[in-house]
Amino acid sequence: MKAGIIIFPGINRERDMAIALERSLGRKPRMIWHREEDLGGLDLIVIPGGFSYGDYLRCGAMAAHSPVMAAVRAHAARGGYVLGVCNGFQILTEAGMLPGALLRNASLRFLAMDCHLRVERADTVFTHRYQRGQVFRAPLAHGDGNYFADAATLDRLEGEGLVALRYATPQGESTAAANPNGSARNIAGILSPDLRILGLMPHPEDLVDPLLGGEDGRPLFDGLAEARVA
Amino acid sequence: MKAVVTVMLKPGVLDPQGKAIGQALQHLGFDNVGEVRAGKRIELDLTETDPARARAQAEEMARKLLANTVIERFEIAVE
Repeated sequence: MKAGIIIFPGINRERDMAIALERSLGRKPRMIWHREEDLGGLDLIVIPGGFSYGDYLRCGAMAAHSPVMAAVRAHAARGGYVLGVCNGFQILTEAGMLPGALLRNASLRFLAMDCHLRVERADTVFTHRYQRGQVFRAPLAHGDGNYFADAATLDRLEGEGLVALRYATPQGESTAAANPNGSARNIAGILSPDLRILGLMPHPEDLVDPLLGGEDGRPLFDGLAEARVA
Repeated sequence: MKAVVTVMLKPGVLDPQGKAIGQALQHLGFDNVGEVRAGKRIELDLTETDPARARAQAEEMARKLLANTVIERFEIAVE
């Protein structure tokens, strides 16, 4: 399984992501500067968190239109896997590779805290090391994580089972109080229809070592060993 | 020509920034303010000299980059 991490100017979470991937997959991911155009030979492309292009215009808007994204689209079109975390999720929505958008947090505050995520489906390459309904802890750090889509899109996502993760209480209830940023229907992460693209706001890569307080995020990366492009 | 693109969140999309501005105005004693919405104004200097074509170009730019039509709507004025 070969993974690569795309780095745009202003991205700052690529090293955490590289550590998590290497720990689970046993090999270093390729670090890909945004000017590179050849992404051949990769099974998984990760767009990590940060503040690409200083969040100018809208979070992720500039990165979504940069040339490397054409290569990411081509990778997805040939069945490659894509994981977008935080700014990476924003970039995927701005690029139209996942539906909806991430608005300013309802509180207007930048949030840096832990949240709990309920696994809505465990039959994807990203989530199969969890159980359906399992709750795991993940740090989050964002100012614009308030997932929005129109009602028809939300109904389609729910109907097609494309909501991967929801903000929940530690007991697994998706209540308003457990929703840190105002996201529609407590949605924290969504999948593409072919289940090969996952975007989420929280940072499972920052909880993969007991020294950091837990390994809740590790199953996601362990499971990616099976993310092979057939 | 100059094209001015005004980008606003669509009606129905929560605008917490506008809400915060509204609350601050009330704190300052402006109790005659109802809903407040905040947006962006983007000014473009275009080489195009035909107003209709300038507008069409600005519209394409707005659709492709300046606005995210999932959450925003835009208006264009050509000067």
